[in-house]
Amino acid sequence: MKPPSEAVAAKPQGERDFRLIGTPFRRVDARAKVTGQTRYADDLSFPRMVHMRLVRSTVPHARIRQIDFSRAEKVPGFLGKLTGEALPETFGILPVSQDEHALCPDVVRFVGDPVAAVVAVTEDQAIEAALAVEVEYEPLTTVASIEEALSTPEPRIHDYGVEGNLHKVVSMEFGDVEPGFEEAEVILEDTFLYEGNTHLPMEQHSSVAVPEDEGRLTLYSSTQTPHYCHRALAKVLGLPASRIRVVGTPNGGGFGGKSDPFNHEIVAARMALDLGRPVKVTLTREEVFYCHRGRHPVLMALRTGFTKDGAITAQHLKTALDGGAYGSYGVASTYYTGALQTVTYDLPRYRFDGVRCFTNKPPCGPKRGHGTPQPRFGFEIQLDKAAHQLGIDPADIRLKHLAAPHTITANWLKVETIGLRQCIEKVVEGSGWRERYGKLPRGRGLGLACGSYLCGAGLPIYWNHMPQSGVMLKLDRSGGVAVFCGESEIGQGSDSVLAAIVAEVLGVDLLDIRLCVADTDLTPVDLGSYSSRVTLMMGNAALQAAQRARDLIASAVSKKLEIPASRLVFAENRVFDAADPEQGVTFQEASIIAEALHGTLATTGSYIPPRSPGRYRGAGVGPSPTYSYSASVVEVEVDPDTGLYEVHHVWMAHDIGRSINPALVMGQVEGGVYMGLGEVLMEEQAFRRLPKRLSDSLVHKMPSLLEYKSPTFHDMPPVTTYLVEDPDALGPFGAKEVGQGPLLPIMPAVANAIFDAVGVRVDQTPIHPHMILEALAAQANEEEGRYGPTAFPEVDFGETLLVPTPEQGGDGRAINSWKEQLRSGMRSSTGTMTTRDEALSNKKGALTT
Amino acid sequence: MQADTTTQTLDINGERRTVCFPSHHTLLEVLREECGLTGTKHGCELGECGACTVLVDGEAVLSCLVLTAEVGERPIETVEGLQDGNALHPLQTTFADLGAAQCGYCTPGILMAAKSLLAHNAAPSRPEIREALSGNLCRCTGYHKIVEAVEGASVLLRGEAWEPEAETIYGHDVDS
Repeated sequence: MKPPSEAVAAKPQGERDFRLIGTPFRRVDARAKVTGQTRYADDLSFPRMVHMRLVRSTVPHARIRQIDFSRAEKVPGFLGKLTGEALPETFGILPVSQDEHALCPDVVRFVGDPVAAVVAVTEDQAIEAALAVEVEYEPLTTVASIEEALSTPEPRIHDYGVEGNLHKVVSMEFGDVEPGFEEAEVILEDTFLYEGNTHLPMEQHSSVAVPEDEGRLTLYSSTQTPHYCHRALAKVLGLPASRIRVVGTPNGGGFGGKSDPFNHEIVAARMALDLGRPVKVTLTREEVFYCHRGRHPVLMALRTGFTKDGAITAQHLKTALDGGAYGSYGVASTYYTGALQTVTYDLPRYRFDGVRCFTNKPPCGPKRGHGTPQPRFGFEIQLDKAAHQLGIDPADIRLKHLAAPHTITANWLKVETIGLRQCIEKVVEGSGWRERYGKLPRGRGLGLACGSYLCGAGLPIYWNHMPQSGVMLKLDRSGGVAVFCGESEIGQGSDSVLAAIVAEVLGVDLLDIRLCVADTDLTPVDLGSYSSRVTLMMGNAALQAAQRARDLIASAVSKKLEIPASRLVFAENRVFDAADPEQGVTFQEASIIAEALHGTLATTGSYIPPRSPGRYRGAGVGPSPTYSYSASVVEVEVDPDTGLYEVHHVWMAHDIGRSINPALVMGQVEGGVYMGLGEVLMEEQAFRRLPKRLSDSLVHKMPSLLEYKSPTFHDMPPVTTYLVEDPDALGPFGAKEVGQGPLLPIMPAVANAIFDAVGVRVDQTPIHPHMILEALAAQANEEEGRYGPTAFPEVDFGETLLVPTPEQGGDGRAINSWKEQLRSGMRSSTGTMTTRDEALSNKKGALTT
Repeated sequence: MQADTTTQTLDINGERRTVCFPSHHTLLEVLREECGLTGTKHGCELGECGACTVLVDGEAVLSCLVLTAEVGERPIETVEGLQDGNALHPLQTTFADLGAAQCGYCTPGILMAAKSLLAHNAAPSRPEIREALSGNLCRCTGYHKIVEAVEGASVLLRGEAWEPEAETIYGHDVDS
């Protein structure tokens, strides 16, 4: 058997800087995963365990008149039931959107909203009992789209938000954009539509709630964020958090879809406490579609001014998000549709207006790229259009105007290293862009696009001064190292990164590291696997804990062997003198020496990101310790007669800072390319209204794996990947994120390649063949060869927050914020008038999404 | 309604065991629930995702679509039976080395489908591998590492040496 620490391939060139970092070791969880031994939540079983099923709404918007359990209670094995009044406390991932109930007490807001729960001895019995529950509804008007939400203020889906069915509006201007547009020699105005799609993790969400001794509870759950689940459980159950334990089981894929606290987790916990028995709930695939929290459908209007050499003079972006029925991460998603436009190219003046609407559909939330793929799609297509109009090569328009590293952007984001130049150069060279772009026969084309993503959000979801990630080490006379951290493994390889960083610093084999993760009782808090935060934040915390352990051991060994601590090397499971490697002890002997000197050996490490310079309202969304960059060239072949097209090849370069484990980085890059292709080629959350005689309901068109098309083995083109390594001082060993960034350029690169192939634009996703055909037909008719939305609705975005840019000598604050604060003071969440000071004092949590 | 039950002897990974289960239960349910072999996964229970693939008589089947009663005493192979003692099967080795399992949830089904392929075709081409596995969905990997891992395993099973290509692990044009 090959141990995990043995490299699976020799590094082709160059000397290794580190023992483990940069080496493609086998994942620490690989053996369990290939032998079927990994225990996902649904694989768990406990003595006396029973099964729960949620009864979900069959109508999209209605008042609940009556719930009748009389038939359900007669099902053999029936044990218990629950309805909304038992759990009146609301919850939600963001402090500003506590708008969910574990079970709807009065109103259902989408098909799939849970209204009741039943528990029975077997899963079959629970299914039968759930089907026997009769719910009577009084239908309400259904809001199906952004346009309908804007034009249908009543009935309100929620009684909070801006007004009517507007959940959130945002308007901010960084520098004065008008002079920028006046200065422009060319102004492009486009509208884009990015359709919603879903994560589709292979594992359906599952939880097991286990009552423990006197009123304590353990919840095992497939969650990306055990810590936030823990908070929601404490709030809704009304139990002290200290009596609730959440254990995040290995996730069978997440992609953002398991980062909210969910109804089924809370209801199973309540039922387990009520019945005194372990309760398991595993969602069906259909229910996973209803949980959703996937990509928001976003309609965009993008206006950008350019000089003749392609420099951007100003940009004004408007976004309208179809949020679905609940808040989820939506306030943050709204800001994210505007936040990262500034970090790739020099953008001196920028205005962003965003609105999120409530609709009677499954709630949208964070999916890989969270809110940024939609505007990135528009931006990168518009750059392609500008390049054409100005007669500049699309690669050059980008290369000439890259954002400068180690600067502050117009919207006050501090960017660090930027590997985008190398990324573009790699894919341009690899694809033969200079020789082939614009010169391929009709029907074949190349498209280029770029992207950037966070390495973790600079601020936590709820306002606090505590670390975003904590790591604890326990060492003892066995020579083993136990590592405790709240991070959750969702397939991205976080366990392997954690183990590798500790093993590197202490010079031990990966097999001598034991991990205990994602357990709110036993591990220090890590906020979870979202916003590409784990490698950087957990990694830095692990680095600190390991360095402290090394220092403890070094001081003891130094004393014992009379070698200066600074000369001690930790490598190959030994601690030895750099000047005379023969002089030293094994790591186990070193641990014994240290335990004898210091007593029981334990260290901690924690990580808090640097403070962001932005001080305006909304500045909490977008900051990150550093950003990753990606560039891609895609080659397509389009049949102009049918509109059918195929992606022949993808070249992808990603600025990773430094690979902790290149094999895992490659996997994330290819997985991101794949998911991006799914979004542009086929994936969409589509809804339809049932005919009037069948209730006129708005239903999910395809809540199954067969109907919701995702790419198969046959759909995946070859991918040529380049990893650009330029270590970033803020990442552990220089590492940046890779989980989300590589998805971003794919969708616009495909759209741009279709233009190169057949000369028409499709300004929306997914790009279906009929759209290409319609654009070609329009072109043949001497109309604009384009398919996509043509208008952006009228929206009152409220008063624009005016934030002077760093270049203008601003200080990160808005110059008119007092007016804005006064306004939000008068519109409190309860609808009552409050004084400005009261409102401000209550707003702490609201500013830091 | 009390479900009818069936008592039946199953041959799973070379071990015979007699189990009693509700007669309408699929092979997937009986493997996971009655036999405790949770390595076999479910992703849809409608035959759409391939996560539940096991071998019956050496042929890949979707265990969510097979009634246990129809299997009789035909040999069933699951992911738990792939190893030889403590030694990994070549497919398991190459999947582990290449990171062809990320979240790992689709992995057992893909390993079994691949085993069936390699039993019929000792040296499959990449298009043949893709064809054989096209009924299995994976959301993490983008499939390439899986194809390379199956190809690598076929080399190992033929008794030849195999090492992944540097580009597979490090990408192209590696700078130092």
